[in-house]
Amino acid sequence: MTGTATDAPPDAGSAAQPSAQPSAQSRPTETALQRIIRHGPVAGVRKLWRRLISMRTALVLLFLLAIAAVPGSLLPQRNLNPLRTQQYIDQHGAWGTFLDRIGMFDVFGSAWFAAIYLLLFVSLIGCLVPRIRLYAKSLRTKPLPAPRNLLRLPESTGFDVLGERSAADLAAVARASLGRRWRAIVREEPGGSVAIAAEKGYSREAGNLLFHLSLLTLLICIAIGNLFGYQGTVLVTEGRGFCNSVLTYDSFKSGRLAQDGQVAPFCIDTLNDFQATYRADGSASDFRADITYSRSVDSAPEQYRLKVNSPLRLEGDRVYLLSHGYTPVITVTRPGQPPLTSEAAFVPADLNYTSEGAFKFAGPVGAGNDIGVEGIFAPTSVDHGGVIVSTSPKLGNPVLGLIVYTGDLGLQLGPQSVYSLSATQKDEGKADPSTGLVVQDRQNLAMGETMTLADGTTVTFDSVKEWASLQVSHDPSQRELLIAAVLMVAGLLGSLAIRRRRIWVRFSPAGAGGAAAGAPGDPARTVVSVGGLARSDSGSFPEEFRNVIERLRADLAGAPPSTAESPSTSELPSTAQTGPTRIDEE
Amino acid sequence: MAANESLARLSDVLFTTSIATYAVAMCFYTAEYAFGRKGYVASTAAATAPRRELVSVGASTGGGTVATADVPAAALRPAFGKIDNPVRKAHSSGDRLGVLAVVITVIGVILHGTSVTLRGIAVDRVPWGNMYEFAAIAGLVAVLAFLATLIKLPQLRYLGGFALFPVVIVMFLAGTVWYVQASPLVPALQSYWLAIHVSAAASSEGVLMTSTVLTVLYLVRSRYDRLAAAGEAPQSGWRAIGSRLPAAASLDKGAYRAVAFAFPIYTFAVICGAIWAEAAWGRYWGWDPKEVWAFIVWVIYAAYLHARATAGWKGRAAAWINIVGFGAMTFNFFVVNVVIAGLHSYSGLNS
Ligand code: HEM
Repeated sequence: MTGTATDAPPDAGSAAQPSAQPSAQSRPTETALQRIIRHGPVAGVRKLWRRLISMRTALVLLFLLAIAAVPGSLLPQRNLNPLRTQQYIDQHGAWGTFLDRIGMFDVFGSAWFAAIYLLLFVSLIGCLVPRIRLYAKSLRTKPLPAPRNLLRLPESTGFDVLGERSAADLAAVARASLGRRWRAIVREEPGGSVAIAAEKGYSREAGNLLFHLSLLTLLICIAIGNLFGYQGTVLVTEGRGFCNSVLTYDSFKSGRLAQDGQVAPFCIDTLNDFQATYRADGSASDFRADITYSRSVDSAPEQYRLKVNSPLRLEGDRVYLLSHGYTPVITVTRPGQPPLTSEAAFVPADLNYTSEGAFKFAGPVGAGNDIGVEGIFAPTSVDHGGVIVSTSPKLGNPVLGLIVYTGDLGLQLGPQSVYSLSATQKDEGKADPSTGLVVQDRQNLAMGETMTLADGTTVTFDSVKEWASLQVSHDPSQRELLIAAVLMVAGLLGSLAIRRRRIWVRFSPAGAGGAAAGAPGDPARTVVSVGGLARSDSGSFPEEFRNVIERLRADLAGAPPSTAESPSTSELPSTAQTGPTRIDEE
Repeated sequence: MAANESLARLSDVLFTTSIATYAVAMCFYTAEYAFGRKGYVASTAAATAPRRELVSVGASTGGGTVATADVPAAALRPAFGKIDNPVRKAHSSGDRLGVLAVVITVIGVILHGTSVTLRGIAVDRVPWGNMYEFAAIAGLVAVLAFLATLIKLPQLRYLGGFALFPVVIVMFLAGTVWYVQASPLVPALQSYWLAIHVSAAASSEGVLMTSTVLTVLYLVRSRYDRLAAAGEAPQSGWRAIGSRLPAAASLDKGAYRAVAFAFPIYTFAVICGAIWAEAAWGRYWGWDPKEVWAFIVWVIYAAYLHARATAGWKGRAAAWINIVGFGAMTFNFFVVNVVIAGLHSYSGLNS
């Protein structure tokens, strides 16, 4: 017997069945090995294992899982919001550090969360294997013999059939009356009675197993996706594009087992056009990005319109439209030099797309002659005493507020943010003119306007483009995951909508002994007792049982008697005396 | 604003009217519960149970065989039948109150349904795009679920007050605290998954709400039974409320069946949410607060189903798990939507 048997939903029928005593059966033939298993140190492990795969443990683990997930929603999580997480830790001092140490800011990646679901996972496997074996066996075994007293069962009834008819004949009629949907077997019992054992609803267990197996598959698919998947985001301004390679991404995350160099070889050749449409109240009604892409280096370019709910799906990779913003374009002309045009993606700072960004123009190396431009951009601008703020995300009257610096941007010192000037370099008052940055001028420019610095350098706000942030995701097991999820629901439906139920019908010739004994002189009759049992939840079984009985009675009444001469008249036996007594189970 | 203002305003008026209608119906149900014979019968049936009823259904059938039978009445009664009384007069005053209550409820449902429909027409989309609209739908499903139950189990009618109570509360909050003007959707919500995902979530949650009501009644009833067994049953006042409820086993079973019905739908809703999230946000699951709580709720109801099949956890322990599940579901709706920031912040309240 498996460990689950002790915890399995108690089956009321088993009370009436010959009780199975597995240990009693196996003890006489116990081998030395088995004895060691029973009593040695292995026994402890076995006991632990049994406990792990019991329903009760599954229940506790499910609870733990639910509780463990709670901090994941109440505390900021690092992977969702690193900034807020750091703020929280800083604000809470030692407490924050402690929480961080025990993984409270990365709950779903923490060791203890993993411990719970892995235990549940093992428990699930441990309980499924024996259940599948048991189920396979139950498909081959016959329905259990009828309990001795059918009238003890939750659903039961008894009636008499008059006439000289053998129990076996009646049983045959009853078997036909039940119909094919019932799996049934007719058994002769000692004492001359005949009993039918019928069973229905095997697919409940099948549904349940399907559910748990799909759940298992689902978890495996999630694990595969996490280990082998990757995800990168890249910001693309209109007119530009990129090819899928790890280096092009602004941020890139990959699973532990994903090989970094190996990403699908597609290219988004150009972002032709990004369009955001807005309603009168300024809320967005639609975003779309028209792109040209190639599936691989040498395949023909194709067109696609990316929208929020419709990603581009390529072999194994998906491309999403995540967010958008503005890319102002400016031209800087130093006296006596050719004009330099530059575009910079600005980061939105509020819901109306007041955005911030920076332009960098390198001068001759080592001369401290770089030009750095910090900007604030407002697509629909309102001027508050020189400070511009946007009042709508729409491109109305775009204004670019600029602060122009000269000095050393430190460009040769290594990579730096493209969205701002390095803070240490532009520390205005203290700046050492040879290494730091010096403010030359600040001004707000409408599109097409130009500002002129003291040295004759001009800065022109030429135009504005839009950018779109695209996310590329790769998950090798997503399709399988979806299939597993669908099967899971199917299994659940089978498991929760179908009920396992049994019906037994016993035919005892009156006078054959037992409860059916009748007084001498009674007309020939057969005592029929019927019992029914639905497992776990009786639901509409009482109704079904009633219908079965009705049909059974009609069929038994209508069937031709087995002897030519039928007792045409007969006194109705007084039900109260001859009918089997019902014993209340309560 | 691209919404039809006058239709939206009419929808709001109908919404308020339907709350009031439900409240009136609730009073009638409660009156039936308090003064009607049903309640009286339930209490006397409880006092005299278990009682064996033998009904003779057999009759001479001509021909060769004659069958007679003792059919225990239990076999002929539906699950909740224990509160039925064969000698009950057909038109007691309590009965009339109850019928009136149902009629008022139906009127409420019609008003409520019209309100929801008009809202949908006004904004030209499915009418469940924010918290207010979601609550309106969940409430509608809960009332419809109750009315559907009455078709099969009319004897439960006197419990209507318990079924409508949470609906009125939720709708009242929806109309006051969460109310937002009819407006179109942000782009992320413009998807046919909105229709599927949210309607599945709202209907399963409406049914789970019904299950919770039954579970609470079950706990009340079983407490009463335990007191009665100890000979300390309260005879009057609100503490005797348990005596008027259906049998504990029936309530427990009803609660279970509601969960068994709703759980696959809820699972389906979560899966649809994941499919939608995959299309809209680039990942099917990201432990966004709303997703975390959907997961928690799902796990708790799975635990409930397990508990029902685990020795030592059946009955009251399982009932408490059901209540905890409802608590988590409520938290997910009331707190996570409004207080905790996340991608799912669709309440429409924080702009
Ligand atoms: C770890 C070991 C597990 C065991 C031993 C186990 C065992 C069982 C058993 C015996 C049932 C049938 C109950 C019945 O007939 O009513 C059942 C049902 C169910 N199990 Fe599990 N289970 C396990 C894990 C899980 C897990 C991890 C989940 C998901 C979170 C889960 C979800 C369910 C659900 C939803 C049902 C309801 C279906 C039904 O009632 O038929 N189980 N489980």
